[in-house]
Amino acid sequence: MIQHLIVLPVVLPLVMGVLLLLTRFGSTGLKRSASVITTLLVAVVALALLLRASNGEIAYYALGDWQPPFGIVLVVDRLSALMLMLTAVLALGSVIFACGGDDEKGSNFHGLFQFQLMGINGAFLTGDLFNLFVFFEVLLLASYALLLHGGGKSRIQSAVHYVVLNLAGSALFLIAVGVLYGATGTLNMADMAARLVELPAERDGLVTAGALLLLVVFGLKAAILPLYFWLPRAYAAAPAPVAALFAIMTKVGVYAILRVYSLIFGDNAGNLSALEQPWVWWMALGTLVAGTVGVLAARDLRLLVAYLVLVSAGTLLAGVGMGTPAATASLLYYLLHTTLVTGGLFLLADMIGQQRGKAGTRIVKGRPMTQGGALATLFFIGAAAVAGLPPLSGAIGKVLLLDAAEAGQRLWLWPILLISGLAAIIALSRAGSTLFWRSQDGDRGGAALPRPQWVGVGLLLATSPLLVALAGPVNDYTRATADQLDNPDAMVNALISGNGDTP
Amino acid sequence: MESLYAITTGVLSACGLYLTLRGRTFPVVVGLTLLSYAVNLFLFSMGGLTTDGAVVLDGAGDYADPLPQALVLTAIVIGFAMTAFAVILAMRARGDMGNDHVDGRTREDSEESRR
Repeated sequence: MIQHLIVLPVVLPLVMGVLLLLTRFGSTGLKRSASVITTLLVAVVALALLLRASNGEIAYYALGDWQPPFGIVLVVDRLSALMLMLTAVLALGSVIFACGGDDEKGSNFHGLFQFQLMGINGAFLTGDLFNLFVFFEVLLLASYALLLHGGGKSRIQSAVHYVVLNLAGSALFLIAVGVLYGATGTLNMADMAARLVELPAERDGLVTAGALLLLVVFGLKAAILPLYFWLPRAYAAAPAPVAALFAIMTKVGVYAILRVYSLIFGDNAGNLSALEQPWVWWMALGTLVAGTVGVLAARDLRLLVAYLVLVSAGTLLAGVGMGTPAATASLLYYLLHTTLVTGGLFLLADMIGQQRGKAGTRIVKGRPMTQGGALATLFFIGAAAVAGLPPLSGAIGKVLLLDAAEAGQRLWLWPILLISGLAAIIALSRAGSTLFWRSQDGDRGGAALPRPQWVGVGLLLATSPLLVALAGPVNDYTRATADQLDNPDAMVNALISGNGDTP
Repeated sequence: MESLYAITTGVLSACGLYLTLRGRTFPVVVGLTLLSYAVNLFLFSMGGLTTDGAVVLDGAGDYADPLPQALVLTAIVIGFAMTAFAVILAMRARGDMGNDHVDGRTREDSEESRR
């Protein structure tokens, strides 16, 4: 049983997703509990994998016992286990929130949700470039349907852009995979890393083209500067629990960039090593600036949070662009914080919108809210965390990242990152004071919000103080993760030479 | 054969790209389909083009690389599902927004708003 643990984060949501798609499968209550319990189980499995990976062991699961480099492998190292855990916590918060009534606004919410979970988990686990494509498609197809959940003009309009862009992105992904396969003759990432060492010089150009095409595809997922225009509208239009789960989608892009360029194009790749660095660094800074402008200009709370996701994507990619283990370690800490907090803020924005009635989430004067006090407290915590104010986790993440920058990079990163933090404070305090204080006279409106919604938001926002309390162990773990990423030989040895933990 | 193959793939992707950049949903969907055909052809050629090659039976001899064929099969299936979804989405957008522009408005609308 224990050796099959690695495949469970993919199989569990798949089986449950299929069961939940059978429309006659039980009542709403049954569907909800099945979905929540599956997500909980995935979280338990992720925790077990996290504990197993924390001693630095690289384990793999060869499906059908076809040993790498030939078969399909799922690989767990520190980075994968960390991302799995993060996904499970975020999904748990979103699915509990959805049980408050959002899941009944359309059909098949829980089934699609499980499929999306399966795609995300698979993308984090796979050790094979083509399966990365397949799992990307699984998570995208589920996300298309989830984005449309509940219907409405703005959702359909943003979904058209989102779908067309991602279909074009998939075509580019396949071309990149084809080029890399043609040049190296393998699709297993560890095997590809080993073969790049002895690559004939005339194929350098081909591999460079493939690698940079991959960067375009991952950049589209991660929402880097020229490729981010789909993000704000899609995230602002998506139903709240879906938008919260989408907070991990840009991080799938960041993960793919980290994984592919540290493993395949690491130090051993000769003149092909670190070929993404100059591109990622400058475009990440551009993304930060564009996101900051968007944060200041947003006239709607959900759009504001969507631009905050963009700012966090820029911050994370700037960490990737720095390319040192210290920067990778600090960006992983910041990634945990920003994913959970922005997810929580999407949920909170929806609750505020429900209580304000017609004014919705637009940042204008509206009627006072029945549960305004509790909502304002949660909003204050979330806003302080996302803007990077001490004593919450955003401050620690930003300080780590600022500290990791080297002398030449500090000149650019420090002013841009600090000003973007200031802009976030200004925009969030303006939004908060308009929403909660500048209300019209009149009776308080809005029905009391269902309890699952409070639990979901509370769960996600409570992780910010928790990350501060556990900053020591989490930081040790991310440092060890960065060291593991910096040393791709360990992965290659574990998979190709058969020294790994054979299941 | 190589140059014919390359020209076919190139023309397909050029047409696909042009149509994808059009303003209405139908040409965009057709463009995406052409693009996926081009990609499938491209993937297929990645194992090297062999004529008269056999399937892998005894391991030895002149045979075609089987892996790109498996990849193309997967890509075709995924591409089919995606095209079906894009068509349904385009029809839904046409129904809900009253026109088939990808931005949800006609050219006349945007000119009016500019005035």
